[in-house]
Amino acid sequence: MRKFKENLSGRIFFILALSSISALALITVFIFIKGVPFIAEVGLFNFLFGSSWAPDHGEYGILPMIAGTFIVTFGAALIGIPIALCCAVFLAEIAPAWLRNLFRPAIQLLAGIPSVVYGFWGLVFIVPFIMNHFGGPGVGILAASIILGIMILPTVISISEVSILALPRQYKEGALALGLTHWQTIRSVILPSAKSGIVAAVILGIGRAVGETMAVIMIVGNAPAMPRSILDPVRTLTTNIGLEMNYASGLHEKALFATGIVLFIIIMILNASAQYFTRKRSF
Amino acid sequence: MRSKRLTILSAALIMLLSACGRENSASVIIAGSTSVHPYAELLAEEYYRLPHGMMVDVQGGGSSAGIMQVENGIADIGMSSRSLKENEQHLWQIEIAKDGLAIILHPSNSVDNLTKDQIRGIYAAEITNWSQVGGADKAIHIIAREDGSGTRSAFEELVMAGSRITPRAIIQSSNGAVRQLVSGNPSSIGFISLGMVDEGEKPVKAIAIEGAAATAENVANGSYGLFRSFLFVTKAEPEGSVKEFIDYVLSPDGQRHLLHEGLIGGAAG
Repeated sequence: MRKFKENLSGRIFFILALSSISALALITVFIFIKGVPFIAEVGLFNFLFGSSWAPDHGEYGILPMIAGTFIVTFGAALIGIPIALCCAVFLAEIAPAWLRNLFRPAIQLLAGIPSVVYGFWGLVFIVPFIMNHFGGPGVGILAASIILGIMILPTVISISEVSILALPRQYKEGALALGLTHWQTIRSVILPSAKSGIVAAVILGIGRAVGETMAVIMIVGNAPAMPRSILDPVRTLTTNIGLEMNYASGLHEKALFATGIVLFIIIMILNASAQYFTRKRSF
Repeated sequence: MRSKRLTILSAALIMLLSACGRENSASVIIAGSTSVHPYAELLAEEYYRLPHGMMVDVQGGGSSAGIMQVENGIADIGMSSRSLKENEQHLWQIEIAKDGLAIILHPSNSVDNLTKDQIRGIYAAEITNWSQVGGADKAIHIIAREDGSGTRSAFEELVMAGSRITPRAIIQSSNGAVRQLVSGNPSSIGFISLGMVDEGEKPVKAIAIEGAAATAENVANGSYGLFRSFLFVTKAEPEGSVKEFIDYVLSPDGQRHLLHEGLIGGAAG
């Protein structure tokens, strides 16, 4: 009887675990079924490298959106990653325990803020600030990069901090025993040894920036055109879907699923490379 | 013992999940245009208060989605803020009201009248500075709605006359979002539903078109040219509770509520 119960609960856990995997499988199959026929109809080249997105006129080029995604993400990385890495080193190596206990929950809280709140805050504070001090319409690449730069902080900080803390004690102790200062130890022993974990953290942070939708829709301006300056409004792949899904029907709807495929592939590549770097850990 | 508890827990979870799928009890479901949505919601509330009134469930989704849901039988009534396309003509439709399309600017902008040609020039990016239309020397920030939106297609029909809205225009996904951006940007221009011009914290200015002020009266007497029809669409000639609700909307009582909100009476009203 006891054994039966053990088996039964094991099965139930297996089935529930399976349901999460099957959700992934269903979503993947669904977007590919909806999107692939569209790509076949319009042509992969026209779709990926077409520079005009005007569904009402039958033009479905997503090159401006691919560019928009890369530029906004690059901006977010430029703003967010240096801050996040300094913060991770500070928390793991420098901060006294009481400060660490203050910082960690605060950073976790940052991860818990809903993205729509980030977007709204950006719209109310960042956008007018950019408009008044840098010119342009305010909504655009710079605003989105700043907000996304903040949004990726928790991901990058916590993963890089964990990978620094996971280093064997001997690395640090050995370095200090050899007469290195604390800063030299951080720079030439700790950071290089934790490199693979930090790279994975950065990649996952970038993945977060690529995938963010709601906050970006509110502040990026969503213009499907190649930007000429960092103050210009652009559209990203995610906002293209989020913006037009409500109204799309027919071929337009399929085009949005095809946009989803491109996004899906980008995220897959990012996650796979993060996995690769995590496994490459040398210890 | 522990595994038993877990078994019970998972069984309870499964029951809970299946309970979520219970049928919706609303008798009439309306879906569609986000422009019509607030008005339909108001009518639904008023209708529910009547002695013979019943639950009317109003959902958004956009004109095209609403029409599609009517085709598929998911919604009883579709709300549309654009005219039906050729392949949708088999559906039954009625105009419940007219809505003016307001061209809005920041209150500090000195421009307060534009011609349709000027507006088209601005949205086609041929006119790029306010000084070209009698304003200050500032670049124009164009704000438009996304492809597929009823308000955008109404604007394209009424103003653009075949020209395209520039892809460099900022795109916002609702009347409210366009209004919000214009209210905070002194050199912007946007278009929203006339009834929504005064619906917000910070003011925006609805300009006159070809000399006619953007008011409900001017839409009704035909001097203000930018307006569109709000349609209710059903799969077939409405009957039963659906017909009762539509009759209420077209009744003097229902129309009075719409007029009060800044809309203009429909053809049938």
